[in-house]
Amino acid sequence: MTKWKEGLSGIALATAIMGAITTTALADAGELRIYNWTDYTSDEMIKKFEAETGVKVTIDTYDSNETALAKLSSGAAGYDVMIISNDFVPIFVKQKLFQEVDAGAMPNFKNVDPKWQHRSWDPDAKYTVPWVWGTTSYSVDTAVYKGPTDSLKPLFDPPAELKGKVGMFGSPTEVMSLALVYLGKDQCNSNPADLKELDALLEAQKPFVKVYNSDGIVERQVAGETVMHEQWSGKALATRQQKSTVKYVYPKEGVVGWMDNVAVPSTAPNVENAKKFLNFLMDPENIALQQKYTGYQSAIAGSNKYLAADIGGSPEFNPPADLKISFAPSCDEKAIRAYDRIWTNLRQ
Amino acid sequence: MGPNRTYLLIAPAMLVIGIFMVLPLFLAVAYSFMTANPYGGVTAPATFDAYLQFLYQRDFDDGLVFSPSYALIILRSIYLAIATTAICLVLGLPVAWYIVCQTPERRRILLFAVTLPFWINTLIRTYCWILILRDEGLANGALRHAGIISDPLPLLYNDGSILLGLVYTFLPFMVLPIYSTLERIDPRLIEAAHDLYASRAAVFRRIVWPLARPGALAGATLVFAPALGSFLAPDLLGGGKKLLIGSLIQMQFTSSRNWPFGAALSTVVTVVVLTVFVIRSRKAQEERR
Amino acid sequence: MTGAKPFDWRHTPGLSAYTALIFVFFYAPLLILVIYAFNSSRLVTVWAGFSFKWFVAVANNNSIRDAAFNSVIIAIVATIASTAIATAGALALERGRLRFGRSAATALIAMPLVVPEIVVAITTLIFFSGLGMHHGLINLMIAHTVFCIPFALLPIQARLRDMGGTLEEAGRDLYADEWRLFRRVTLPLLLPAISAGAIMAFVVSLDDFLISMMVSSAGSTTLPVYIYGMMRLGVTPEVNAISTILLAVSIVFVAAALLVGRRNRFA
Repeated sequence: MTKWKEGLSGIALATAIMGAITTTALADAGELRIYNWTDYTSDEMIKKFEAETGVKVTIDTYDSNETALAKLSSGAAGYDVMIISNDFVPIFVKQKLFQEVDAGAMPNFKNVDPKWQHRSWDPDAKYTVPWVWGTTSYSVDTAVYKGPTDSLKPLFDPPAELKGKVGMFGSPTEVMSLALVYLGKDQCNSNPADLKELDALLEAQKPFVKVYNSDGIVERQVAGETVMHEQWSGKALATRQQKSTVKYVYPKEGVVGWMDNVAVPSTAPNVENAKKFLNFLMDPENIALQQKYTGYQSAIAGSNKYLAADIGGSPEFNPPADLKISFAPSCDEKAIRAYDRIWTNLRQ
Repeated sequence: MGPNRTYLLIAPAMLVIGIFMVLPLFLAVAYSFMTANPYGGVTAPATFDAYLQFLYQRDFDDGLVFSPSYALIILRSIYLAIATTAICLVLGLPVAWYIVCQTPERRRILLFAVTLPFWINTLIRTYCWILILRDEGLANGALRHAGIISDPLPLLYNDGSILLGLVYTFLPFMVLPIYSTLERIDPRLIEAAHDLYASRAAVFRRIVWPLARPGALAGATLVFAPALGSFLAPDLLGGGKKLLIGSLIQMQFTSSRNWPFGAALSTVVTVVVLTVFVIRSRKAQEERR
Repeated sequence: MTGAKPFDWRHTPGLSAYTALIFVFFYAPLLILVIYAFNSSRLVTVWAGFSFKWFVAVANNNSIRDAAFNSVIIAIVATIASTAIATAGALALERGRLRFGRSAATALIAMPLVVPEIVVAITTLIFFSGLGMHHGLINLMIAHTVFCIPFALLPIQARLRDMGGTLEEAGRDLYADEWRLFRRVTLPLLLPAISAGAIMAFVVSLDDFLISMMVSSAGSTTLPVYIYGMMRLGVTPEVNAISTILLAVSIVFVAAALLVGRRNRFA
């Protein structure tokens, strides 16, 4: 008697839980589901968007472009907008994972800085709106390393005293693209002679490298574990705020540029809200909130004036006008395989 | 128990794993015979290339050359997983025995204490280890303060720190199964053995170890297999300088976008390890007969 | 050997000290985690002064609390489901007469341990999408139950192997039906192993990243997925703060359970 009563109440409880879950899973009309890295979306900006439109925003998170691609190409759905780096935009487009939203025809598109209106990864702004951008170079503690800092040479061919004091990113593409800038070779290279040179360069650099890892760089630099580290501009600024002797280097060979972009997945349930959000982001005042939160440059003209002077006017935010910035394109199969081989052999 | 009831009892496990794991995995096997789509996923035509890649790579001039890189990575991963299992056994067995020797209430508290740290995300606990082990970290600071060393010891970013991370992550998976088998021990048996002038070593060999053995085997399985596939300890505590098979396979599905090779690696690892498990479990079954 | 001392098998010289050392090993990182939850710096590993601000941040951060809640709910469901399935499975494997298919069953149960996680993650997602199943939490509960089964099953199986069948055979003479035999004899004997298995299943589910990352859909982000997503922008002490809260809650729950257990015994 008691036994089946227990069983029955168990079933009732399970049904109640299932019911609760299904109700929350149903999307109501006023929703926007953002897919982004954690801590990469300004709360203040989201609150402003919610207040202006009445749309309720939820944020889900992923850890890298690569897993986001693997996830969406395996059929994951339900996200209305997602943030993705420039070299991944053409891949998502070719895989038909993004839908056309014609951002170029949106009212606020006029605010986009002219040099960013025709981005090579989305020339007609059919799919994406700029989120924030930055550069990749390296930062160095000038209290320890006194040598010249006008070139990428100290990073890739370090002096003897920096043995075991250099840090590099953990992602192969970002390491290779900066190395190719140093060598003065094309990005996404599949020329055998260039690849051998690249391979030799990284093998020779390896004894100087303490870690290949893209997270915890600020911590390693501040603690003095690494004197020199491949670094993004915004994180370099965060490091300098903790340790004033750390300098972000603008080398004569140039730097690698990156931009994260906002796109609408082809499976998005709330396309209209997504478009509202994209247009909202192209207002300088709105994107400035995002910049303030993450500390990177925006592609919207006039947004820096909403920032504090020590950030908006910082050297990390304002690269010299003559700096050569190469944006890494998405590479073809041959180059990917070659990079993969270099990377695997480097870490075998 | 009759055969009908036996099959009824095992059915839920078989169905759940069969439907939600084995069925999808056929896809991975199929992928391993396909060509990589440079943008992720696979395309036609069918090929054995992925399996060839274990030992041969295309060099920069497009010729096939023999390359031991992948074989080396696989061997190092197996070696580290075996070392992790052995260390966990040596460290875990006495702890399990200690817990068994306590009163029932203290047992419960101690068991909870063993598992409490594992409520915390591994990534975060790994960060804490970095904090302890790095050059300017707590361990080196303490040693320097005590005047034992003047230059920091390289405690981080080597095979030793990878091993430490793996042992730390998987030790409870050894302690708990051993505990749950030892818990059954009959005190009278040990007392009787002592009355017969058996030494502690003899008591361990004749009474404790035979009881602990099935638990230790279960623990070894639960430590070895996940340790073989782990990627966090090698990437963070190893400084990303050495690839292990877990990271290697993950790379194929992410940055390298070579799904067929990832699927091939995974298929081979699965088949080899499962075969070892089945042979071992058959042996255990025969011993009991 | 001092023959005068009475022999106490429960006491092995040096064992307490040894166990204490192992516990230091277990708890050293945890101590740091809790201390750094009160760090005023944004960086997890650089101390800048005492502050409660990360606890305030957790209180104001819906995403991190939802993620923690999702993780705990999924872990509870997966633990209950996998432990029930595993107990039945272990009984069948150790006590049943499997005339054929024993090796296949062993292999099948070990499978979730052996297959690399990323492969399970991607194929499971493709499988769910192919079936048109986009149920977020429910999909995650199913996926977690699958990989928790071996963790729950192996300790139970080991215990059954140790126990032999004698007690149950004695019980079979007393109780006619199998269900009562199970309730009165086998289950109480198995309980330590079932709880060990359940604890491991819970911990493994709570910590899972890759499978959760792939299988989760909008609105079902779990705590590990949230935390790994921080790696690009930098992990903040907010994670230490929510971990500390989680620890405190679990300690309170278990302490309460132990106290209730004690009172019942003395009542």
